Amino acid sequence: METVTLPAIDIARDMGLIAPEITMAVAAMALLMLGVFQSDARSRLVSNLSAVLLVAVAAFVVMTTGEPKLAFGGSFKVDAFASFAKVLVLCGSALAILMSRGFLHHEKLERFEFPVLIVLATLGMMMMISANDLISLYMGIELQSLALYVLASFNRNSARSTEAGLKYFVLGALSSGMLLYGCSLIYGFTGTTNFEVLGTVVTGGEMNIGLIFGVTFLIAGLAFKVSAVPFHMWTPDVYEGSPTPVTAFFAAAPKVAALALFMRVLGDPLLPLIHEWRQIIFFISVASMVLGAFAAIGQNNIKRLMAYSTIGHMGYALVGLAAGTVAGVQSVLVYLAIYLVTNVGVFVCILSMRRKEGMVEEISDLSGLSRTRPMMAFALAIFMFSLAGIPPLAGFFGKFLVFFAAVDAGLWQLAVIGLLASVVSAFYYLRIIKVMYFDEPAPVFERGIGTEMRLILTGSAALVLLFAVFGGPIISMAQHAAVSLMG
Amino acid sequence: MYDYFQSVLGLEWGYLVAVVTHILMITVGILIGLAFLLLMDRKVWAAVQLRKGPNVVGPFGLLQSFADFFKFATKEPVIPAGADKTVFLLAPLISFVLAFAAWAVIPVYEGWAVANINVGALYLFAISSLGVYGIIMGGWASNSKYPFLGSLRSAAQMVSYEVSLGFVIVTVFLLADSLNLSEIVMAQSGGVHHWYFLKLFPVFVVFFISALAETNRPPFDLPEAESELVAGYQVEYGSTPYLLFMIAEYANIVLMCALMTLFFFGGWHPLFDIAPFTWLHGVFWFLGKVVFFFFMFAMAKAMVPRYRYDQLMRIGWKIFLPFTLFWIFGQAVFMAVF
Amino acid sequence: MVLSALAFYLFASLAVASAFAVIAARNPVHSVLFLILTFFNAAGLFVLLGAEFLALILVVVYVGAVAVLFLFVVMMLDVDFAELKRGALQYLPMGALIGLVVLGELVLVLGTMAAVPQSATVRTVPVPAVDEISNVEALGLILYTDYIYLFQAAGLILLVAMIGAIVLTLRHHDHVKRQNIAEQSSRQPEDAMDVVKVKPGQGI
Repeated sequence: METVTLPAIDIARDMGLIAPEITMAVAAMALLMLGVFQSDARSRLVSNLSAVLLVAVAAFVVMTTGEPKLAFGGSFKVDAFASFAKVLVLCGSALAILMSRGFLHHEKLERFEFPVLIVLATLGMMMMISANDLISLYMGIELQSLALYVLASFNRNSARSTEAGLKYFVLGALSSGMLLYGCSLIYGFTGTTNFEVLGTVVTGGEMNIGLIFGVTFLIAGLAFKVSAVPFHMWTPDVYEGSPTPVTAFFAAAPKVAALALFMRVLGDPLLPLIHEWRQIIFFISVASMVLGAFAAIGQNNIKRLMAYSTIGHMGYALVGLAAGTVAGVQSVLVYLAIYLVTNVGVFVCILSMRRKEGMVEEISDLSGLSRTRPMMAFALAIFMFSLAGIPPLAGFFGKFLVFFAAVDAGLWQLAVIGLLASVVSAFYYLRIIKVMYFDEPAPVFERGIGTEMRLILTGSAALVLLFAVFGGPIISMAQHAAVSLMG
Repeated sequence: MYDYFQSVLGLEWGYLVAVVTHILMITVGILIGLAFLLLMDRKVWAAVQLRKGPNVVGPFGLLQSFADFFKFATKEPVIPAGADKTVFLLAPLISFVLAFAAWAVIPVYEGWAVANINVGALYLFAISSLGVYGIIMGGWASNSKYPFLGSLRSAAQMVSYEVSLGFVIVTVFLLADSLNLSEIVMAQSGGVHHWYFLKLFPVFVVFFISALAETNRPPFDLPEAESELVAGYQVEYGSTPYLLFMIAEYANIVLMCALMTLFFFGGWHPLFDIAPFTWLHGVFWFLGKVVFFFFMFAMAKAMVPRYRYDQLMRIGWKIFLPFTLFWIFGQAVFMAVF
Repeated sequence: MVLSALAFYLFASLAVASAFAVIAARNPVHSVLFLILTFFNAAGLFVLLGAEFLALILVVVYVGAVAVLFLFVVMMLDVDFAELKRGALQYLPMGALIGLVVLGELVLVLGTMAAVPQSATVRTVPVPAVDEISNVEALGLILYTDYIYLFQAAGLILLVAMIGAIVLTLRHHDHVKRQNIAEQSSRQPEDAMDVVKVKPGQGI
């Protein structure tokens, strides 16, 4: 058996490796102080600075990408995979902050803690992505989740928002419990928490029941975070109850982080156990795709619909993970990038659904949008087509890569089920387009969604529309990242 | 004593019997000591107010506390109809037991502690943080408004002041480099200029004030503020249960005095390490210092008017907590640099 | 040895019994009190293991602080827990089933109690032997060096918890009059008083 020597702690070098995270943490605290010592009315400053911070850190991460390196005695890993996922997460969070401003202003929820909490949640996600130890994995997850629980009930005067936060919290605590149970079993049966060492201890040879149980519980805990069936129950209620910008945030960055963590754990140290964990991933992937496709059909609330859509898309992404190959990881990363952009675009549209009397979120409120707001209707139609996976839009390429990787790994059943689920889910995506283009116009939405919203909408629509042209670099970067993960 | 019992009864059981005997000796000693300290408390108070204080039972009223004891012990315990009987009776017991349990680690003299454990200071901190249960349980189980309000107040108060107490103890740890009480005392040997109160005077003051608050002594006796809450959590108690609360309260006060002696005033070490001072045995030095602090407690009770609740909280959270926190930080930096 | 065995069985059986009482007690306050007893016995077990620092921290943090707040809340809540529990009985079959599954699983895992063979080489003794170095020192030596990253991460988690508590509960009331002690102390007689000379028989 090969042995690994973990690097000893060298504070100066290790601090250099986690410089992006340290920057985030210090800046979050500075922003907090700034927020406390200025009046609430100027919380816009904090939110602008937070967005700038996130973008700057993303640039920093891109610049410092290099060879895989371990820090802090092997509990933190920096590699191309981590950089790719971190950039996605940081961009998702920055966009979420920008998108939230108008909504928070109108709903009188403008408080400086909102961007600070998003920054801290993002920090947690970065720690998740770079986690290379069961303990740092848990720490990252908790930091992220705790901030998300608070964000879900940010509108504390609304019963629905409070309920969403509470539900999320209780179920999240349960899933953390399962995750910890799994971690402790893994530790007990292998004698290590470090992924590098774990990779040398775990071999595909004989089956060890204790270890398998540990892995199963670990997967259950992680599946909750990506809201995969059968751990999806919280998703619709939390998505519906949370303030819309929070939902937009939930749907994007945390999913990327959780899936990245999934890939890090299963794709690296536990890869020898692929025959065991593949069965589980296979099941939750199929269940998520099917439930996402069928349950969304009956929804009238667009946030709820997006919740089921998320569940379905997580199912598709897990197809790539089930493959357990470099191509599989690459396809998941590309899928996540596309999913993130599309979702941001959709939520910009949802956040623009405001009438004089307040926000509306029924699908019927969109009827006849093509006549009242043709540009927005067009953009939303593009996103819906993309989510449904219609070529030549971005969503098609995501699905194509994922299914291709699965077939390549001999999982053709998964690809077939995925295709069928796509067909079913196309029904409800197309229904929205039909409502927008062919129904009698509903009362018009208020104008003036703000320049930054318009820019985000245009940008994401362009990316989705022209992925076939510009997608090459993303796919090659994802491949680079996947290779760095699986070696 | 330990050797004797172990030679007679064998290692293990002999140890058990010896420990139990040791505990009994200490408990009885404290109880008798408390009787006179209680009297002293009242005498000091009376003297400040230009009264005579108890002077009827025995010469100079010396036996007053014993008379009180028999009075309480022979009265009929009354339990309110709506009270939760078990918890109601459990509360004073818990207070009493905890107040005495803490004494297990107090080194009256070198090697005289029942248990000389490595984390003695932490043990004391843990036990003193449990003291709140007796009060909160008693207040709740009485099923009556004033006791309940009193117990809520005291719970908040004690939890708040524990924080600064804990931080102050950390400063002592930093200097002594140990959590063992005997070692902390040993680190202060060699005369008054080695005692920690000189180096740590500001945090010593914080400790003294926090100790007043932690034991619900005036000027922080809000849990039993008679003008607002009649007698706080003790309203419904009488006879022996009340007696237990009372003894526990005083035992805790004396415990806090002992802690100040150990942490800041060199425990059993004499004032100067030269001839006339060393003639007196260390135990008497320890007891003398404890009595001195008890006198300070009594004087504080006699002289300082009661604080308002928001002022109490303000001092605890907004002054003591940041102050002690910065002190620890500063001290650690200082010690690391020099 | 007899004594420590006795102590173990005392702590262990009390811990299990009081843990059961936590869920069985009708009165929620009693439940919390039993929970405290459970913590206490767990601390006792830690002491028997030679982990006295953990034991005391358990008492200080959980019993001394967390459970007090628990008790606080439970006492103040005006919820009829007996009423709440009545409906809970219908979930009993499901709960029992899950409990059985978990139990079966534990039996399965512990029954085949065999670690992965290669693990023997990576297992390390986390702290030096008890007689070499005290618990506190051993923990302190690794907590702030080897585990500094996780230690700081835990600090951040607590920071988020604090921000969360403030975000969700703090409300600013404008009509509350607050004491400004600095202003109060710096007030001079001249600020508050006017000395007026009043001539007899004229009034002000």
